[in-house]
Amino acid sequence: MQAMPKWADAVLIPLISILLAFFFSGLTILAIGKDPVVAIQTMVQGAFGSTNGLGYTLYYTTNFIFTGLAIAVAYHARLFNIGGEGQVMLGGLGVALVCLAIDWPHWTLALPAAMVGGAVFGAAWSFIPAYLQAKRGSHIVITTMMFNFIASAFVGYILLNYLKVPGSMSTESAGFSAGAHLPTFHEMLAPFGINFNKNAPANISFLIALLAAFGFWVLIWKTRLGYEIRSFGESESAAKYAGINPVRITVIAMMISGALCGLMAINNVMGEAERLIDNAPEGAGFIGIAVALMGRNHPVGIVLAALLFGFLYQGGAELTFWEAIPRELIIVIQGLVIMFTGALDNMVRAPLEKLFLTPRKNKKGA
Amino acid sequence: MDFLTVLQILDSTVRLATPLLLTCLAGLFSERAGIVDIGLEGKLLVAAFMSGAVAYVTGSIWLGLLAGVAASLVFSMIHGLASITFRGDQLISGVALNFLAAGLTVVIGQSWFALGGRTPPLSGHGRFGEWNLPFSDAWSKIPVFGPTYSELISGHTALTYIALIAVPLSWWVLYRTRFGLRLRAVGENPSAVDTAGISVVRLRYMALVIAGVLCGLAGTYLASLAAGFVKDMSAGRGYIALAALIFAKWRPWYALSATLIFGFLEAVGNRYQSISVGDFVIPVQFMQALPYILTVVILAGFIGKAIPPRAGGTPYVKER
Repeated sequence: MQAMPKWADAVLIPLISILLAFFFSGLTILAIGKDPVVAIQTMVQGAFGSTNGLGYTLYYTTNFIFTGLAIAVAYHARLFNIGGEGQVMLGGLGVALVCLAIDWPHWTLALPAAMVGGAVFGAAWSFIPAYLQAKRGSHIVITTMMFNFIASAFVGYILLNYLKVPGSMSTESAGFSAGAHLPTFHEMLAPFGINFNKNAPANISFLIALLAAFGFWVLIWKTRLGYEIRSFGESESAAKYAGINPVRITVIAMMISGALCGLMAINNVMGEAERLIDNAPEGAGFIGIAVALMGRNHPVGIVLAALLFGFLYQGGAELTFWEAIPRELIIVIQGLVIMFTGALDNMVRAPLEKLFLTPRKNKKGA
Repeated sequence: MDFLTVLQILDSTVRLATPLLLTCLAGLFSERAGIVDIGLEGKLLVAAFMSGAVAYVTGSIWLGLLAGVAASLVFSMIHGLASITFRGDQLISGVALNFLAAGLTVVIGQSWFALGGRTPPLSGHGRFGEWNLPFSDAWSKIPVFGPTYSELISGHTALTYIALIAVPLSWWVLYRTRFGLRLRAVGENPSAVDTAGISVVRLRYMALVIAGVLCGLAGTYLASLAAGFVKDMSAGRGYIALAALIFAKWRPWYALSATLIFGFLEAVGNRYQSISVGDFVIPVQFMQALPYILTVVILAGFIGKAIPPRAGGTPYVKER
């Protein structure tokens, strides 16, 4: 029996959990002797106050939509993919190899090719943990975690030995050619007479991320495969009984997850850096976990949660600049959000369920 | 490669294996009780930070040790609250704790010391001194045995010897005491333990207390070895310890050998930037990734099968 109305489950519980997380974040700010109200004002101003800030916020949002969707796909099959970071890293390698392979004449050709490159590399990197989970029973959480470290060593090796510009001091690949340059918001909005800041990194990948979110919704709730993924997640034994092949679903769900992570690289590698740098994902793969949990594994929730984390990321950078609060405050907030929306879910849920059940019981008694 | 080089590598193997061993044993207790502990990394980090901070302020690493253990215990109890009391997802709770540790140590460290998240360097009694075992000077002239004794066996800090003693002690507690039997049972079949009238919740919390203390020791060791706390100084050791735990198939003596192997890999990787076998050069990145690759291979069951405690990861619900 459903103890609570649907809206309470989908909106009320996440809202309370997030408020709790923010309450403790505020306490942290107080504890280091700063003013939480001033901090929030600085963050809002920095993230939305100018088109430059907004451009950065949406750039981060794009990253987190991709990784949030990725973690959520796996989660619908009850697979906890914490290897997003490594998959994004490999996706970056794929995108960079495509962009460096030929002198692209125009971005409309380069973008689809790079998307394929990123997705294939990301999916390939998640294939091994998925296969090992499905066939050999090794736990996906541990293997994907190990694969993050292996990815970091592997991409570092390739970058240092094959892609690095000889003689250059910094560990980064050569810059991509002008034909692989993605249109930024400045270039996209100029024809409409909107003057968006030139330096902001938000680019056309944002629209691709929104498309991906729509595609996610179609896949999970409107296709046979999505149905199979969800039923496998709900009950493995029931899914097996219904003729769903667990190996196939595990591998496919994880590869879609890896592909979505890999796709993120069109934003950070192709759109922003326009070269492959060391540790390009900057933790976006991990933030995907928080985004998926907060967004309740639904695309609308994920886009909103990604926007929130985009705001936190950009606003957090401003905090460091204006208030001398370290950037790592965002990691604290991220940890609190994961803790309250993920692990401490029952703490919020149990009292609420009681609250909703009491009036109904009373009605029955009367 | 001469004898002295071998000795030096083995010596740094012991140094590097110590925190891994303590953390691995921490994971052993909690996972044997059915609580999966991804948060080892976070506990290691908060312990390193608090011990470094307190050791600097008070000038005593032993007070630092107390603070480190306390910080690690707090994290352990949060994990218990989330995963035992509120029956939340243990993996998610662990991941959250790791982020909290990574963030809080820098945010608080910056506010206390304003050094970009690090603590000021520790010196004198702010670090553990090396223990010279009896006769290490007198015997050092004896060929082979002498240097082995004085370099490799003697001359480590107290925590290294504590870690080594913790191995037989853990074995004894787990396999020769009533508490150990119950602890292992709670990780395999909690309802049976419950039926026998023993509190599952209490046992699991006790396992987390032990894990917290051991992580606290390991974190303090890191801060003492590096003479202070540096941002992200645990550098994935919590994950390597987790890998070693799987490698060891959740057994104390195997944990010792697994952590020594991983410590050795790190020691060799630190000493040689690249190793050439004939014409083939093994890149340093491969050496860094080797513990993780080995773990994946073990997990895949290609070298013996690693079977985790059966009830690991699932919260216990009494009225099932």
